[in-house]
Amino acid sequence: MNPASQMTQTIPQAVDYIRLLPEIVLSIFGMIVMGVDPLLDERRSQRTLGTIALLGSLATLAAVVFQAQYPGAAFWNMVQVDAFSIFFHFLVAAVTAVVILTSYEYMEVQEIRAGEYYGLILFGAVGMSLMSSAVELVLIFIALEISSISTYILAGFRRRSATSSEASVKYFLLGSFATAFFLYGVALMFGATGSTSIQTIGVVLGSENAPVLAYAGIALMFVGLAFKVAAAPFHVWTPDVYEGAPSPVVGFMSTAPKAAVFAVLLRIMFEAHAPGRLGLIWVVAALSMTLGNLGALVQDNVKRLLAYSSIAHAGYLLVAFAAFPDNGIPAAMFYTASYAAMNVGAFAVISHFGSAGERYVTLEDYSGLGRRSPLLAAILTIFLLSLIGIPITGGFFAKFYVFSAALQANLVGLVIVGVLNSAIGAYYYLRIIVVMYMREPRGEISVSPVPTGLGAALAISVAATIYLGVLPGRVLAYAARTASAWMR
Amino acid sequence: MSTALDSSILTLVTFIPLAGALFLLIFPRRDRDIRLFALVLTLLDFVVSVHLPVYFHRGLIGFQYELNRAWIPTPNIHYHLGVDGISMWLVVLTTFLTPLCVLISWKSVQDRVKEFFILLLVLETALIGVFVALDLFLFYFFWEATLIPMALLIGMYGHGRRVYAAVKFFMYTMIASTFMLAAILWLYAKTGTFDFVTIQAALHTGQVHGFAGAAQWLFLGFFLAFAVKVPLFPFHTWLPDAHVEAPTAGSVLLAGVLLKMGTYGMVRFNLGLFPDQSRSNAWWVMILALIGIIYGALVAMVQPNMKKLIAYSSISHLGFVVLGIFSFTTAGLDGATFVMLAHGVSTGALFMLAGILYERRHTYEISEFGGLATPMPVYATFFSFMVLASVGLPLLNGFVGEFLVLSGAFRDRAVYGVLGATGVIWSACYLLWMYQRVFFGKVTHRVNESLPDLNGRERVALWPAAVAALVMGVAPLLWLNAIDPTVQTVLAPLTQMASRVVGQ
Repeated sequence: MNPASQMTQTIPQAVDYIRLLPEIVLSIFGMIVMGVDPLLDERRSQRTLGTIALLGSLATLAAVVFQAQYPGAAFWNMVQVDAFSIFFHFLVAAVTAVVILTSYEYMEVQEIRAGEYYGLILFGAVGMSLMSSAVELVLIFIALEISSISTYILAGFRRRSATSSEASVKYFLLGSFATAFFLYGVALMFGATGSTSIQTIGVVLGSENAPVLAYAGIALMFVGLAFKVAAAPFHVWTPDVYEGAPSPVVGFMSTAPKAAVFAVLLRIMFEAHAPGRLGLIWVVAALSMTLGNLGALVQDNVKRLLAYSSIAHAGYLLVAFAAFPDNGIPAAMFYTASYAAMNVGAFAVISHFGSAGERYVTLEDYSGLGRRSPLLAAILTIFLLSLIGIPITGGFFAKFYVFSAALQANLVGLVIVGVLNSAIGAYYYLRIIVVMYMREPRGEISVSPVPTGLGAALAISVAATIYLGVLPGRVLAYAARTASAWMR
Repeated sequence: MSTALDSSILTLVTFIPLAGALFLLIFPRRDRDIRLFALVLTLLDFVVSVHLPVYFHRGLIGFQYELNRAWIPTPNIHYHLGVDGISMWLVVLTTFLTPLCVLISWKSVQDRVKEFFILLLVLETALIGVFVALDLFLFYFFWEATLIPMALLIGMYGHGRRVYAAVKFFMYTMIASTFMLAAILWLYAKTGTFDFVTIQAALHTGQVHGFAGAAQWLFLGFFLAFAVKVPLFPFHTWLPDAHVEAPTAGSVLLAGVLLKMGTYGMVRFNLGLFPDQSRSNAWWVMILALIGIIYGALVAMVQPNMKKLIAYSSISHLGFVVLGIFSFTTAGLDGATFVMLAHGVSTGALFMLAGILYERRHTYEISEFGGLATPMPVYATFFSFMVLASVGLPLLNGFVGEFLVLSGAFRDRAVYGVLGATGVIWSACYLLWMYQRVFFGKVTHRVNESLPDLNGRERVALWPAAVAALVMGVAPLLWLNAIDPTVQTVLAPLTQMASRVVGQ
C-alpha cells in the first residue's frame, strides 16, 4: 500500500470502515445497551443488557476475524490493520466477552445497575481496540483517553463502598497526570521529528542521530504509558485501585487496557525506533519485578496481592522490550495473551467467591476452599500455577519466551533479576494454594454454586491457559509474523 | 526395533496414569471404586512397562524405543522420548512402586480420596516423563511438573507440620531448578536446539561458541538442581521435614523415585554433557558425598522418630550413589545405578512398614514401641527382611550396589573407599539398633499388646517389594547386563581405562 496515494484520498472508502469495523460494532452495541436500559424494568434488566453486551463482544470477535482479510492503512494513515492489530483486537474482544460473562452473576449479587456498566465496558473496549491499530500519536492519545475514562468510572461502581469510590478518584487523579505526561511527550516528539505519525517518526529516528528532544519525548511518553500498565515506580495507585474496584472490573482493567497499552509501547519502542530504549526499560523492568514481588509477599488481601503481582508481571513483560525486536515483540505479545487468560480467570474466581459486598477477599477467607468447593479451588490453582510459571500453563511459556529473548540479546543481568523474582513470586502464589488446600475451613462461608455464565468464563480462561501452555506454537508464530513485518 | 509398539510404548507408559487421572476428574466420589480404579490402572501401567526390559536390546549402544516428533516450532522443541539401560530401570521402578502406594493408601487416606489418587497418578506421569525425556525442554517440563502433585500430597494429606514441609520442599527445589533452566536456556541460545543427543554431539566436538568460558557455570547450574533433589549435603534440610510430614505413599515415591531424579540427572546431564567439568569438580563432589554418607548415618542414629531415621538413612544411601557416579569407574556407576533401584525398593518398603505402624498407633516415635515382635510376628519378619536388605546383607539387593560403588571408589582413591565403607557399618548400626528397640524385648506399652498383625492387603503390598529385594540380590545380572553397556557409553568420553568388573 503506497502511503502517498492514501494521503491524497480525501473521502474514506468502504474498506476504511472495514478497517475500523470492530470499533464501530462495539460502539453500536454500547449505544444499544444505553438506549435499551431506560426501557427495561431495573430489576430484570441486568440479564438482558448483559446478553446484548455479550452479543456485542461476540460480534466484535467476528468483525475482527473478517477484518483480518483487509490489512492496510485507513483514514489518512491514522489506523493500520495488520497482524499486530488483529492480535490485540482479538485479545481485547475475547477479554471483554469473558468479563461480561463473569459480570452476569456479579451484577445481581452486588445489585449494581447494569446499563452504564455494560455500556462502559464496551466503550472502554473501543478505546483499547483503537490503541492497537492507531499509528498516529494523537489518535493513540484519544484512544487512551476513551479507554481510561471508562475504567476510571468502572473502578467506582461499587457505590456503596467507600474503598471503591476512593479507588475511582485516586485512579482518575493520578491517571490524568499520566495522560498529561503522555501528551507532553507527544508534543515534544512532534517538535523533534516534525510528525506525529509513528511510521514517519520511525523513518526520522532510524536514519539519523536522534535529537535530544526526542529522548525527552520518549521518556515522557514512557512515563505516561508505564503508569497505565502499573510499572514501577509509577505503580503506587495499583493496590488501592484493585482492592476497591469491583472484581470483574479488575479482571478487565488488569488485562485488556494493559494489553492495549503494551501494544502502543511496542509500536513506539520498536516501530518508531525509540532512542534510549534499553536503559529506560532495564531500570523500569527490574524495579517493577522487584517491588511488585516484594510488595506481594506481605499482602493478606487476595485482590491486593494480585495487584502487586500484576506490577511484577508488567516487569517481566517489559523485559521483552529490552530484547531484540525479532524475538522480543512476539515474546511480549505472547505474554500479554497468556497473562490475560490467567488473570481474567483468577479474578472471575475471586468475584464469585467474594459474595455480596465482596466480603470474602482476605487470604483467611480462602482457607479450606479446596474442601468446600473443589472445582473452584482447582481452577484457581491452575491460574495461580500459571502466574508462577509452571509448565503446561501459558504463564510458563510466556516467561520462557521473554527470558530467552532477553538472553539472546545478552541481557544476562536482567534475566537473573527476572529469574530470582520468579522464584520469590512462587512463594506468595503458593500461599494462596496452601491456604486453600492445607488449612481447615474457618467460619461458615458458604460457596454458592457456579452459574452458567461464570462457568463459561472459567472454562474459556482455563482452556486458553492450558492451550497456550501445551501448544504455544501457533500463537507465537502469529505474533512472530508481526515482528517480521515490522523488520522490513 | 521399528514396530509401532516400540515407538509408542514410552508414550503409553508415561501417559496411562495421566489419562486415568483425567478420567477420575469426572468420576463420581465413590471412594472404593476410585481406589480400585487407581490400582487397576497403575498395575496396567506396570504391565505395559515390563515390555521395556523384556524387549530391550542389551548389546546396543544409545537410546532405544525412541520417538522424536516436532512439538513446538519456536523455540525448537521436540517430543523426544527414549530410554537407555539406566533410565529404563528407573521407569520400571516407578511403575512398580506406584501400585504398592495405592495399596498402602487404601485405608490411611479416607478424606478427599479422589483428589489423592488424581495427584498420585499425575505424579507418576511426571516422574516417568523425567526419565524418558530426551529433549532438555521436555525434561525440565516434567521435572517441574513433579513438584506440584508432590507438594500437594505432602500439604494436603500429611501430618502435623505438613504445610511448612510442603512449602519448604517446593521452594527448595523450585529455586534450585531455575538455575538449571538458565543453563538449559544458555545451551539453547548457543545451539538452537533442546535435543539432548544433538547438544551432546555439538559439545563434544567443540562446535559451541563460548562454551569453554561458560562450561563451569553450566555444570554448576545443572548440578545445583540435582544436588538439591538428591539431596546432597548441605542441601538436604528439606528432606527430613518432607518425609516426616508426608503421607506414606508420598514418602515411598519421594524416597523411591523422586530422589533418583537428581542422581539420574547427574549421570545423564552432568556426566553426559560436561565430562571435563565433571572430572575437575569430582573431588569436592566426592567429599560432599562422603560427608553425606557419614553425616546422614550419624544423624540417623540419634533420631527418636522412625520415619526421620529412614529419611536420614536415605541421605546416607544417596551419598553412595553420588560417590559411585563421580568415581568415573564402570563398577562405581554400575553400582550407583543399582543402589538407586535397590534403595527405591527397600526404602520404599521401609516407609510402607513405618506407615502401617502409624496407621495403628498414630506415632512414629521409636520410644512408643518395643517388643512388637510378639503381637505382630509377620510384620516383624517383613521389617527385618527389609532392614537387612537395606543394611546390605549379601544375597539381598543392598549388597550388590554398595559393593560395586565401594570397589569403584577404591579404584578412584583408596581413602574414598575406606570412608565410604564406614557408611555400611553405620547403616547396620542405626537400622539394627532401631529394629532392636522396636521389636525385641518385652512389650513396653500396654496398647501395643493388642496391635493387629498385617492384614491381607498389607501383605499384598509388601510381598512384591520383598521378592524384588531378594531377586535383585540373587540375580543382579538381570539388571546389570542392561545397565553396564549404558554405563560404558556414559564413561567413554570420561575415561579410557574403563574397568570391567561385571558382565564378563
